[in-house]
Amino acid sequence: MPSTAETALRRTPLYERHAAAGAKIVPFAGWEMPVQYTGIRDEHLAVRRHVGVFDVSHMGEVQTCGPEAPSFLQHVLSNDVRRIPKGGAQYSVLCREDAGILDDLFTYRLADCEFLTVTNAANHERDLAWMQERADGFDVDVVDRAGDFAMLAVQGPAARELVAGLADGPLPPRMHCCEREIAGVAMLVCGTGYTGEDGVELLVDPARATTVWDALMGAGATPCGLGARDTLRLEVCFHLYGNDMDERRNPIEAGLGWCCKEETGFLGAEAVAAARAAGTPEKLAAFVIEGPGIARQGNPIKGGGVVTSGTFSPCLERGIGMGYVPSEGAAPGTQIEIDVRGTVRPAVIERKPLYPTKGP
Amino acid sequence: MTDASYPDDLLYHPEHDWARVEDGVATFGITWYAQEALGEVVFFEPPTVGTAVTKDEPYTEVESVKAVSDVIAPLSGEIVEVNSALADKPETINDEPYSEGWLVKVKLSDPDETSSLLDATAYQATLA
Repeated sequence: MPSTAETALRRTPLYERHAAAGAKIVPFAGWEMPVQYTGIRDEHLAVRRHVGVFDVSHMGEVQTCGPEAPSFLQHVLSNDVRRIPKGGAQYSVLCREDAGILDDLFTYRLADCEFLTVTNAANHERDLAWMQERADGFDVDVVDRAGDFAMLAVQGPAARELVAGLADGPLPPRMHCCEREIAGVAMLVCGTGYTGEDGVELLVDPARATTVWDALMGAGATPCGLGARDTLRLEVCFHLYGNDMDERRNPIEAGLGWCCKEETGFLGAEAVAAARAAGTPEKLAAFVIEGPGIARQGNPIKGGGVVTSGTFSPCLERGIGMGYVPSEGAAPGTQIEIDVRGTVRPAVIERKPLYPTKGP
Repeated sequence: MTDASYPDDLLYHPEHDWARVEDGVATFGITWYAQEALGEVVFFEPPTVGTAVTKDEPYTEVESVKAVSDVIAPLSGEIVEVNSALADKPETINDEPYSEGWLVKVKLSDPDETSSLLDATAYQATLA
């Protein structure tokens, strides 16, 4: 059930490791999470150049199994679930009937009729309830597994080599997953990430998470906080739920039409199809500030629109961001002006991603 | 980053600013605690020379990767000089918060205001 009362902040199994390493710890989506260790810029560049590790154990997991698991997920998820091979991964959104986005999710197919879906921490309870309420009539079990996994994202051009050195067999290719032992600990290894770099995400028994963390540190990975996770994902224009889309936005205006397959008849498909056909008044666009200054979430864009994510890009060394702008003014090359706390900052809309990475 | 330090020859404002007063002109900056809390400063656009500043009111902003923060004036007066070198090297605010990382110099309009500021010991007590 959705939690209604304020509860105490939760700690991941790696909290003591973060504290001992001198991380700056902040509340995030109900959890005490490391925002940075030595500095966002250093951690960001470690991921772009070598390998960084993020504790993302706050993220939730929902397991769906049973004979009708594929047809149930096809009903609630926007992408074509039938196209996920066994041991495959797929990105999709969870939509309301009116196409409002409830969450964006990765779903892993563990067996023909067994799936694991990773949720955003702040949305987990709502996603779970939404899925369970719509499971009536399907021969399926929708199970909360959020307490059963710690999650580590190992990302960077050297990430695979580093993890492979601790593994008992080959790592899954990009957009695939498999059971593996890493540092002697059995886990689900997934060829996915949120940085634009190659790498893997590890879903592991919380009781064994410190063993894996210590092995990764011992092998030379840089611990990275949520601060660098945000700058990395924004350079490659990955969406952040709650910033770049929420239930008031549909996948078409959010630029997520590519993961919506209306022919599957998923919940919200009709509304998505209508938005796709008619176009939307606004579109999410990526921009680079042309001179000095850093736009932030909530800054108005002149002529209509608003910044939904804004930061300083350590790789481009200037202000970057994403925001909704009128669709007729969303083309790359369009000049815009952003009101940054009273100072007008010129910016230009650019093609996504803003920072092209070499991998994956 | 440097280790925590709070020089004895400065006056401190509880909003984590310092002032060095000489002949009616004060140099302003942010404290070690402030730069540590902020993280790496990546952007500082100095205010305009000639602008009036008012004690306890924001007079400029410093930005880290993650956030923008107002900087509070520890004393009142008129800006007579700004540290324009910070535009190219804003990280100096982290590296040398009390020397090369100064922000502005202000001709004081009411030098008696200094009596309300804290010494290094009293300021550090507010951080405990």
